[in-house]
Amino acid sequence: MTAPLLDIRNLSLAVPHGRSSFPILREVSFQIMPGEAYGLVGESGSGKSVTSLATMGLLKKPLKVTGGEILFQGRDLLKLGRREMRKLRGDRIAMIFQEPMTALNPLATVGRQIAEMYVLHQGKSWDEAGKLAIEALASVRVPNPDRRATNYPHQMSGGLRQRVMIAMALACNPDLLIADEPTTALDVTVQAEVLKLIRELCAERGTAVLLISHDLGVIAEMCQRVGVMYSGCLVEENETRELFLNPQHTYTKGLLGALPRLGSRLEHGRTRLVDIDSIIPDRSVLTQTRFIAPRPEVTQ
Amino acid sequence: MKLGFNIFLGGFLTLLVVFGGLFAHWLAPFDPVLDANLMNAEMPPDTEFWFGTDAQGRDVYSRILYGAQISLTVGIVSQLINTVIGVVLGMTAGYWGGWWDDFVNGLTNVMLAIPSLIFALAVMAVLGPGLVSLLIALGLTNWSWTCRIARSSTLSLKSQGYVQAAQTLGYSDLRIMFTQILPNMMGPILVMATLGMGGAVLSEAALSFLGLGIQPPFPSWGSMLTDAREMIRVAPWAAIFPGVAIFLSVLGFNLLGDGLRDSLDPHMRTRKL
Amino acid sequence: MSAPILEIDDLHVQFPVSGGGFLGAGRKILHAVNGLSLDLHKGECLSLVGESGCGKSTTALAVMGLQEPTSGSIRFRGQPFSGPQAPARMDRAKAAQIVFQDPYASLNPRQTVWGALAAPLRLHGVTAKSEVDDRIEALLKSVGLSSEQGRRFPHEFSGGQRQRIGIARALILGPEIVVLDEPVSALDVSIRAQIINLLLDLQDQFGLSYLMISHDLSVVEHMSDRVAVMFFGQIVESGPWQAIFANPIHPYCRRLIATIPDPEVILGRSRKPTDGAQPEPPAGWRFADDGLNAPDLTKPPVPSELVEVEPGHFVRLARA
Repeated sequence: MTAPLLDIRNLSLAVPHGRSSFPILREVSFQIMPGEAYGLVGESGSGKSVTSLATMGLLKKPLKVTGGEILFQGRDLLKLGRREMRKLRGDRIAMIFQEPMTALNPLATVGRQIAEMYVLHQGKSWDEAGKLAIEALASVRVPNPDRRATNYPHQMSGGLRQRVMIAMALACNPDLLIADEPTTALDVTVQAEVLKLIRELCAERGTAVLLISHDLGVIAEMCQRVGVMYSGCLVEENETRELFLNPQHTYTKGLLGALPRLGSRLEHGRTRLVDIDSIIPDRSVLTQTRFIAPRPEVTQ
Repeated sequence: MKLGFNIFLGGFLTLLVVFGGLFAHWLAPFDPVLDANLMNAEMPPDTEFWFGTDAQGRDVYSRILYGAQISLTVGIVSQLINTVIGVVLGMTAGYWGGWWDDFVNGLTNVMLAIPSLIFALAVMAVLGPGLVSLLIALGLTNWSWTCRIARSSTLSLKSQGYVQAAQTLGYSDLRIMFTQILPNMMGPILVMATLGMGGAVLSEAALSFLGLGIQPPFPSWGSMLTDAREMIRVAPWAAIFPGVAIFLSVLGFNLLGDGLRDSLDPHMRTRKL
Repeated sequence: MSAPILEIDDLHVQFPVSGGGFLGAGRKILHAVNGLSLDLHKGECLSLVGESGCGKSTTALAVMGLQEPTSGSIRFRGQPFSGPQAPARMDRAKAAQIVFQDPYASLNPRQTVWGALAAPLRLHGVTAKSEVDDRIEALLKSVGLSSEQGRRFPHEFSGGQRQRIGIARALILGPEIVVLDEPVSALDVSIRAQIINLLLDLQDQFGLSYLMISHDLSVVEHMSDRVAVMFFGQIVESGPWQAIFANPIHPYCRRLIATIPDPEVILGRSRKPTDGAQPEPPAGWRFADDGLNAPDLTKPPVPSELVEVEPGHFVRLARA
């Protein structure tokens, strides 16, 4: 049995509010194996993005870790100092965001921004890093990489910008790539290309992926294992196939039924979409049960 | 809490000026104009004349209280005029666009290029000195920034769904501007007006100091400074106290404006936790 | 079939885009909508589908009178609805209303729900307080809100509730056509289902005609009677929903359907209609565009026309 790459144990986050505190994450635990693509699916406010920010050590002020640990390659990230965390970030753990325009520096060429990763983390000279940056652009299948390297972010389309983000994120061959809604801002046809790119590059390099998305289709396409988050809890976790075929938790069932599915009207006629609130009027009971399926390799 | 502090101190200073101005008649121990007595000229501050007396023996404390009336009137009325001009021009320019927008933009740029004090001086030169011309001069000179803010707010609000929805519901342009756009940009406009009041008080002081504002013997903080100029070595209190009054009231208006800006920021309001 | 309630004929919308040259030299025209024709019938839901920049939202704005068409005509019940003879704002208000995508930007933050609904009623001559109250109360109930909630301000509501309020505002004057501009794409999955169900219920209840703008094909399939797929300013394929989803023909339309990540297909439980080979165009015709690359929008498109390949099912083709 291999050791997990990322092992989040009973992670709890809260926003202090006077004497009490408002819980944001409640004892979330999951593991990502090396090279595995793990999906976190949930609606806004479910805590899926906060989980990724905590892993990156990028939690913002009012949020506080109130318990648990985030073990990455055996080290607890929550105990690392700022400098150690900074060294890890971008090098061993990289992240791509939903809106590449806000994540890229508008005043520097994309070539320079990618090159900076090599200078910063691998101590390369700017000359050498510039060449590596063009190679990196080519690897994410940006046409005319040497010319594109001289572009500024605003001169590129959303899809190209997201490719640049991927090139930056994968520059140092990280062990874990966190992708937070990487294609939500993109058109469907562009989304398909970007997803394919992430999947292929990560498979090629053995990079594990933590994919955060509200889109069950995207998760199904990308991930081997899925965790469903609701209101700060990981309410269900299973192999992707099992989760979609045999959802156990009421919320997961509701989520799957709430989605109009392409082709379903042709097959079954128009059926009314499932309204979660009409199944369970009191949503607070949803967090009281959890279904975490054991990993097959653990049981063997 | 910085936000609370700004509003608190700014509001306190502003209230102090308002209170002093409104109740000057009861608070002032002497008449600011008539109680001149050369026997008491240039007396340093003591228990009778709290802030001392000026060259004509008038009580500086009483004159400052009455001067607050002038400063407040100038601040409020001139900013009222500025705000109305700026909002009407900026909102219509942003909403209608086209040649009207170009015209308003040009006018705003010209106004911004002329130092407002010089422009006010020119207006005063035409209208002659006095309170009314002072109000007109200051009311006509400082609307450019309000106009710009109103225009850019209108431009961004215009594309909001609720403004478009109002159009499709049959609202007339004027109704849309006054019911949908104006209420949603009152925050920054109010802040500009409050900050502008400080500027207006300073401008009034400057114009009166130059002899173009409030005419003697009526007290305004600026004209008091003019009078005190020649005897600043013998009776510095006659200059210091009006100066402190100007400083504190301008500080008060500015802090209040800053505080308002922070508290009117919608992001501050929607933050629930 | 009865006469359409809304007819769009050869609609063109062009925007000047400033060229890179000095003083507007090299000024170009962007063809946002390029000869679009559509009929909307009473009680149906017609969806305009496409990706960003294809001109679908511009078309919606033109229907609402919020964007002046460059040429072409829009007619409502046979009467001009655009151009110089277009009705005044007050008169078109009862014909068509719009529901916006972003429930946060579409409500005036300084107006209570009640105020936002009462003002248009009063403007249109419903002044008796009891009638205003009755109508608002009934409408709020129809969209799933209580009349007590009507006294609140928008920021007190969740995204889904705000969208309900946006729908109520669109319905308050009793319009015949409701333009739905991406009505659920800003909402969470579980809320999305509720709003879709609500829109379908309201369509039944009030006999509304929907013109829906969307990029989400699964929502479109669920809601539409007819579908028109747009690609850079032009309709490339249109027809009854069954035809579009069971038998897509144009390469762009097929690509759009094929690229949607669908759990059922990924898990091998179902197949996509696009799994087979690309169908050949009818003899004498070719596809004017393979839908792979964005055409230069500053140039007029290659001459092509919509050809009826089966009853009601049109595909854009060029003569071979």
